[in-house]
Amino acid sequence: MMSANMKETLAACHDCDALYRRVPLQPGEQARCIRCNAVLYRTSRIGPDAMLAIVLTALITFVIANVFPIVELSVQGITSSSTLIGSVHALWGDKREIVATLVLATTLMVPLLDMLIMVLLTSLALMHRRPPYFAPLLRLVQTVRPWGMIEIFMLGVLVSLVKLSAMASVVPGVALWAFAILTLLLALMLSWDPAFLWTEDEP
Amino acid sequence: MKRIQPVTMLTASDLGMVACEYCALVVQADENGHHPDFCPRCGGRLHSRHTQSLQRCWAFLIAAAILYIPANILPIMRTSSLFSGAEDDTIMTGIVYFWTSGSIGLAALIFTASILVPMLKLFSLAFLTISVQRRWRYSLGQRMILFRIVEGVGRWSMLDVFVVALMVGLVQFHALAEIKAGPGAAAFGGVVVLTMLASKSFDARLIWDNDPRISHDR
Repeated sequence: MMSANMKETLAACHDCDALYRRVPLQPGEQARCIRCNAVLYRTSRIGPDAMLAIVLTALITFVIANVFPIVELSVQGITSSSTLIGSVHALWGDKREIVATLVLATTLMVPLLDMLIMVLLTSLALMHRRPPYFAPLLRLVQTVRPWGMIEIFMLGVLVSLVKLSAMASVVPGVALWAFAILTLLLALMLSWDPAFLWTEDEP
Repeated sequence: MKRIQPVTMLTASDLGMVACEYCALVVQADENGHHPDFCPRCGGRLHSRHTQSLQRCWAFLIAAAILYIPANILPIMRTSSLFSGAEDDTIMTGIVYFWTSGSIGLAALIFTASILVPMLKLFSLAFLTISVQRRWRYSLGQRMILFRIVEGVGRWSMLDVFVVALMVGLVQFHALAEIKAGPGAAAFGGVVVLTMLASKSFDARLIWDNDPRISHDR
């Protein structure tokens, strides 16, 4: 499936369009643009097999983070706890549909979609297969990725805890720890640019 | 890190080439200067520069600037409790609360994420867009760094929206105390989304198209 107009030996800088001849990199190295210092392309030390393991762990952590309460509050013997979905539900119930949708999309839908696609892409890479849906999935994951905001949500949880500790006694829930671990796992996943699968050897 | 040498300092567009935004493949235009609409490798849409980058950037920026006013004036949160009655919080009163209760670090964090960063984004992107429209030939590197900062920190403004969502979800002691989201929260979320869209529409390559070290006419 090679056509004459494909210049696979070249690389153009994403940020300033400067043109380079590709050179092979060692694992963990990155090539940078000498004009604007952008990363032209990189190779990861983490192979598709390790990445699949990381993403599957992240998925399990994601389920735990969403099933168990984030924190439990108690005021004068009355307790209250909430999950992320519970918060979205409460917002929706208050007729704040826009905020509810925004929170649902950035902390649940997009990260979940990202992880599911990554499971598929890494599995396909391990099986050396490139079915017709490979390219659309790869493009989809690149498009939605900037809208996933689990790490910001994590910071939001910490700020809320400080705020709430003034008015009630606060007991951290299982999901709080799960979100903390998930933030780290997702940071690993996001550092792995799936676009390099294109420059891997064709199956 | 490996610094690789350029072919000579030429851009892809100088040679009639387009790089795919998705798979980074460089595609050569035909002898009439037409490149295919879609990437032959991954099927992504090919653009030499983002379509109508500056117009779109302005549109999102103006919309964000307008929404910035209700986002700061309208309450983002309403706390009603048996003891102190109902109380409306705007972004600024939330920051003042942390400041007066002694959490100066948190006050600074939220001030940065909710007030400074959106302002920085609006002004920086407007400045960058004007600089490209006026074809400025200087401080290309500094402008690139400014754009990267804007892109990197912009999403963190969402912090306050998440704090409101969590407070609403958690504080549900019906008669005793209850927190509801205010109309300002949606406006503020809108500002964050619109400024993110603005920075995504801005094509950084337009800054470098005015690089005086490169003559673009072959």
